[in-house]
Amino acid sequence: MTETTPQLSEHTKAEIDRWIKKYPQGQQRSAVLAALREVQHENQGFLTTGLMDAVAEYLDLAPIEVYEVASFYSMLETRPVGRHSISVCNNVSCMLRGGDDIIRHIENKLGIKVGESTADGRVFLKQEEECLAACCGAPMMMVDHKFYENLTTEKVDEIIDELD
Amino acid sequence: MSDDRITIEVDGKPLPARKGQMLIEVTDQNDIYVPRFCYHDKLSVAANCRMCLVDVEKAPKPLPACATPVMDGMVVRTRSALALGAQKSVMEFLLINHPLDCPICDQGGECELQDLAMGFGNDVSQYQETKRVVKDKDIGPLVQTDMTRCIHCTRCVRFGEEIAGLRELGATGRGENMTIGTYVEKSMNSELSGNVIDLCPVGALTSKPFRYSARAWEMQQCRGIAPHDCLGSNVEVHIHNNRIKRVVPGANEAVNEVWLSDRDRFSYEGLYSEDRLLRPMLKNSEGQWQEIDWSEALRAVADRLKQVRERDGAGRIGALVSASSTNEEYYLLQKVLRGFGCHNIDHRMRQTDFSYPQQDGLFPWLGQRVSELELNDAILIVGSEPRREVPLINHRIRKAALKGARVMTINPLACDFNFDLDSRIVCRPSAMAHHLAALLKAAFDITGTEPANAVAALINAIECNEQHQHMAQTLIDSSNTGIILGDTVQAHPNRALLDSLVLRLAELTSAKAGYLPDGANSAGAWLAGIVPHRSVAGKPAAEEGLHAADMIEQSLSAYILYNIEPGQDCINPAALTAALQSADFVVAFSGYRSEELESVADVLLPVAQFAENEGSFVNIEGRVQGFKQAIKPAEEIRPGWRAWRILGNELGLEGFDYQSIADIQTDILPAIESTIPATARPAPLPASLPAILQTLERITLRPIYAVDALVRRGKALQQTAVAGIQGVMMNRITAEQLHIQEGEDVHIEQDAGSAVLPLILNESVADGCCYIPAGQPAVEGLSHWFGLITAGKAQN
Repeated sequence: MTETTPQLSEHTKAEIDRWIKKYPQGQQRSAVLAALREVQHENQGFLTTGLMDAVAEYLDLAPIEVYEVASFYSMLETRPVGRHSISVCNNVSCMLRGGDDIIRHIENKLGIKVGESTADGRVFLKQEEECLAACCGAPMMMVDHKFYENLTTEKVDEIIDELD
Repeated sequence: MSDDRITIEVDGKPLPARKGQMLIEVTDQNDIYVPRFCYHDKLSVAANCRMCLVDVEKAPKPLPACATPVMDGMVVRTRSALALGAQKSVMEFLLINHPLDCPICDQGGECELQDLAMGFGNDVSQYQETKRVVKDKDIGPLVQTDMTRCIHCTRCVRFGEEIAGLRELGATGRGENMTIGTYVEKSMNSELSGNVIDLCPVGALTSKPFRYSARAWEMQQCRGIAPHDCLGSNVEVHIHNNRIKRVVPGANEAVNEVWLSDRDRFSYEGLYSEDRLLRPMLKNSEGQWQEIDWSEALRAVADRLKQVRERDGAGRIGALVSASSTNEEYYLLQKVLRGFGCHNIDHRMRQTDFSYPQQDGLFPWLGQRVSELELNDAILIVGSEPRREVPLINHRIRKAALKGARVMTINPLACDFNFDLDSRIVCRPSAMAHHLAALLKAAFDITGTEPANAVAALINAIECNEQHQHMAQTLIDSSNTGIILGDTVQAHPNRALLDSLVLRLAELTSAKAGYLPDGANSAGAWLAGIVPHRSVAGKPAAEEGLHAADMIEQSLSAYILYNIEPGQDCINPAALTAALQSADFVVAFSGYRSEELESVADVLLPVAQFAENEGSFVNIEGRVQGFKQAIKPAEEIRPGWRAWRILGNELGLEGFDYQSIADIQTDILPAIESTIPATARPAPLPASLPAILQTLERITLRPIYAVDALVRRGKALQQTAVAGIQGVMMNRITAEQLHIQEGEDVHIEQDAGSAVLPLILNESVADGCCYIPAGQPAVEGLSHWFGLITAGKAQN
């Protein structure tokens, strides 16, 4: 348990309210995914129990209902991770075009394994992603929701070095 | 109606069914067994275990019987090669991650997975990989988790949402990583949490106090009646070597359905408390306690009572009796005492206002059947927290609320309800009458009825606000209305007035007014004559004695305490203790020894509690429920009726030749069973309402696990988060007026007593009130539970 439930920012509340309006009245629970996405974005890429409790309170849900959603979806992080999230594809097309080498290269470059974050909290090497539907540009990776295709180790270095 | 009826064919047999029924309901009704884990007839259909797959003709693949609605002419095979093959495959999947640790699992022998694995499992699994392991979380002192065994049927999750009204467990994670739990370190706090133990088809959720102490097949089972609230839940007591190992619900659709409150389930531990009174004890002339045998003890009691009668008269003897004893104990107790000339007999230890006894109903009943509560379309709860007082009555009210009933309350605490309220008034105790009068006035206005003069005089000056109007309108609009009065009204200094206002409101709005009285057998106490003005079955007493408050106030010469702990069970503990201390003779029939009893009593007699006892209770709908002795009590503990029978003889009274409990029941039960519950008549109203106080008011109610001596000693229950709150609660406004901060000590003065308690800020307490939960040792010096107090920051 957290001691006190943190407050949601005004911006987050406005964003959640915008989503609530999209659903029929009394169905505000439908906005839980959008709410968690927004809260995670504002919190540098991950959720805390306190923040999930705050969402539960705002949407009038039991906290466990929010935990269920947050722990189910892979795009929601329920433990502290680095602020930039990298997912590298290693499904068939990318694998044939060297996706595994890209993953190994990033691991060596950052000194972390898949699923870990760098000590400075800058980068989170999220996971070996199954297909992200960019096969024609294989190998590919996604950095903070942005696709980068036709990767080479040099290109990866450039992209990662540019992250703040 | 006939369009509703259809016929289906299952395993070659034509079966009648109703449209819309699920297939499994039809097979269950016709004793055709379809294996299942997730399906439960009290819960919603999840269809996630897939164990109930059956072969339905014209369907391309097996269908889950729990989620397949029947259709006319449907042909189903539950044991065909397709069905059995599907069931066996599902079983193999379910066992993939199951640890198969039956030898060390408490569920072994009564496990649905074990049973079905016998029928549908293979000797060898094709699965060769590693099994997953789930780390256990501590979810409190009542329910033990072994989540590696979980098969994700989600019965416990659905129970929380649908029955307990408190979503505490959930399924987090995904796929192989899905686990059932609370996600965070958190205990389950529902008052019905123990039911997940029964619901869990495997050994994932088991009873913590019962853990590793017996095997299902070693135990004997004995039917009993739960001893803590006026519902009288049916229970099955499980016994091994004359010791209660656990208590589980006994199904009775009209009473507790298939559920049991945690209080009724786990309180048996109190029977094995170290402070049990095991032998009769006598305080000798030097004030030392010595053990004696029963016959000596009862002779001594008889002698002392005779002495008191000779010297001061039998009118100087008073009997204060628990509201949770059996009809048979009550009947003999009053027969002995009335025969002896003592008419001061009362069980209403938590009542303040005893005025207008002639208006009392036959016994405080619910006003309707328990099962009818859920059909109400509006319910007004006055001075009551059903969830704390009678958890399964709250469950019925919740069912009504979920069906759309509008539930309204008037309480000095904004209690936590597990359903949505339509309207809520939170006010200080002294303002409750004003709100009820305003409701009454609004009801008169809306119906256009002319109130009688006395009523008009009282309500004319009252102002109704919109909320009063709305609540009155709701009561009038609904066709099936219930009003429930709880322990706050019973303890209230203006009980008769509140009662009268409610009864008049009920009459005007055609509502059924009812009570949630104290204890397990208040109804029986009334019907067996444990009130000073009534004898058996509600007949007026030949001679009227003193009621509980007068007995205490008049400081009698001798007292008989029957299963009463003075500091905890009386609404004015300080006054009772003083009266007992100044009495010449006090005999306490008790299950337990305590310093308090030893200091005031002269004789202690060990009487049987709960399943050690035999007899019957009457519940709030007038249902008489008998129970047998499940275990032989330890040492010299005896059922109370035996003591009263001998005492009758010792006192030289006629008619105490009872050989067994059945003999007593022949005397009393027909009389009780022939009565028809009748609601009280409204008492005459005063000329004006009592003033709303402006000073600090005390509210003391009994927390859920403090209601009687047995549950106060239930070890596991006392470790729960809701038990053992020490402190005084007020809201921020009140605390600020008193210049006290959260966590600081509050010095409270009441009459001659004082106490120091930490402040707990709680916004649910009405302005100007201090809520002091009963059962705290620190407050035993204070007097009346609903009195005026002064409070300030403690100086030290």
